[in-house]
Amino acid sequence: MSRPEIEVRGLHKSFGDNEVLRGIDLEVGRGEVVCVIGPSGSGKSTLLRCVNLLEEPSGGQVFVGGAELTDPDVDIDAVRRRIGMVFQQFNLFPHLSVTENLTLPQRRVLRRGKAEAAKVAAENLERVGLSDKATAYPASLSGGQQQRVAIARALAMGPEVMLFDEPTSALDPELVGDVLAVMRMLAREGMTMMVVTHEMTFAREVADRVVFMDGGVIVEDGAPAQVIGAPAHERTRHFLSRLLDPAMAEVEEETSDQVGGPGK
Amino acid sequence: MADTDVPLQPRKKGLTRRQKRSLSRGAQYVVFVAAVIVFAVSADWGRLKNQFAQWDIAQQMFPDVITLALKNTVLYTVSGFLLGLVLGLVVALMRLSSVGPYRWLAGVYIEIFRGLPALLIFVFIGVAVPLAFPGTEIVGGTYGKAALGLGLIGAAYMAETFRAGIQAVPKGQTEAARSLGFSPARAMVSVVIPQAFRIILPPLTNELIMLFKDSSLVLLLGVTLEERELSKYGRDLASTTANSTPILVAGLCYLLVTIPLGFVVRRMEAKAQEAVK
Repeated sequence: MSRPEIEVRGLHKSFGDNEVLRGIDLEVGRGEVVCVIGPSGSGKSTLLRCVNLLEEPSGGQVFVGGAELTDPDVDIDAVRRRIGMVFQQFNLFPHLSVTENLTLPQRRVLRRGKAEAAKVAAENLERVGLSDKATAYPASLSGGQQQRVAIARALAMGPEVMLFDEPTSALDPELVGDVLAVMRMLAREGMTMMVVTHEMTFAREVADRVVFMDGGVIVEDGAPAQVIGAPAHERTRHFLSRLLDPAMAEVEEETSDQVGGPGK
Repeated sequence: MADTDVPLQPRKKGLTRRQKRSLSRGAQYVVFVAAVIVFAVSADWGRLKNQFAQWDIAQQMFPDVITLALKNTVLYTVSGFLLGLVLGLVVALMRLSSVGPYRWLAGVYIEIFRGLPALLIFVFIGVAVPLAFPGTEIVGGTYGKAALGLGLIGAAYMAETFRAGIQAVPKGQTEAARSLGFSPARAMVSVVIPQAFRIILPPLTNELIMLFKDSSLVLLLGVTLEERELSKYGRDLASTTANSTPILVAGLCYLLVTIPLGFVVRRMEAKAQEAVK
């Protein structure tokens, strides 16, 4: 098999005394879709943010497309052009129209001409089904529309990898579907994707692999049918039962000490 | 009646809450009207009119008060404001820099120029600079010195405004820009500063008003007849005519500019409030 698109080796990350990632090894092959699930505070968002170096790892290595991001001499801006990132809070530029949100990065970062940037912007807006909102401003869009614009903005840069950090967690439930549909389309087109999510149905249907994280380590890594359908670990079962049927959860002792606590 | 359902408190004798409130409001009007009457009756309107409202003297002032004095005031203010804007942005970026000495230097600058009275700074520029660097002239003569003085003062205030504005832009904006491949400087220029500008437009306009008034201190630099601004012009004329009408007219000229500017600020603030919703 050729070199994996994303490769994480022995990744550690601490915020002060709080050790959030405690030795992560992960590979994502080209065209593969990997969903990362786990309880809040398990370090899954931090892992994703380490993959494009929005967080500086405390130890270990990260490779994307063969380039080592953790090399101090790497041109980080050049590597990031190949990595699209979608945030929970969309982070569209509110002072720019939808089209300008897509053209500004192309022109400033990729130095594309005006006409080419506009053409690429229009194509990508069409892909996410928002051609009619080209001249609108982000504030006038729904959360779901904003997130689709954010995806189109990342796609306009022609990335080889897309990272999604809980892309539907800030949306009203009835708006989640449109965003997931766009992500499903991308997966079908063969985009390499790493998705931190709580959407188990999406993970089960779209992901090639599901990674369950808890306490800063990967507990389980395998096909969705295996990790979600027949988890091997008690912690995975516990998490899934709480997620799938929150009303059935019992009041219990805090178990958050698993995160960077006495377990060290 | 409602109080049969909810006997919160046994009704006391005397006034209800509502009656008390209207009584207190009525009292406030009475005090206001009384104060106006006392002021109007006790002031010596005849002498005031004599000293401050001589129509023929006021007429003499036109058009010079506008074409010369107000023009110069605006010129001093705008040049000082523009210099302060650029310098203030630089100081703000230094203040947010990851390089310690820059932060420290910017902090010292802000403390000094915000803490010193504007009057002292102008005296300093008028006296100390020529003494320290004999033979050197500040470019632009009085206009250059005025711009420098107002710019140095304005920059200290505007730097703090800029810093607050830049910090008010959510961190996610920088993260989004960086993840798209923007360098830190590009992200600052293309994404953060345009948004910060919107946030700080009202306070920035207030600083313009402040500089507009401080431009009266230009007279401390020693100005020629052609370089006089409103305050100096008004005072000069007041002493030659032995009447204070020119002071009043000069004052009105200040308000002619500051009141509309204040109105613009309130409009912008209301608009910004609306945009947040």
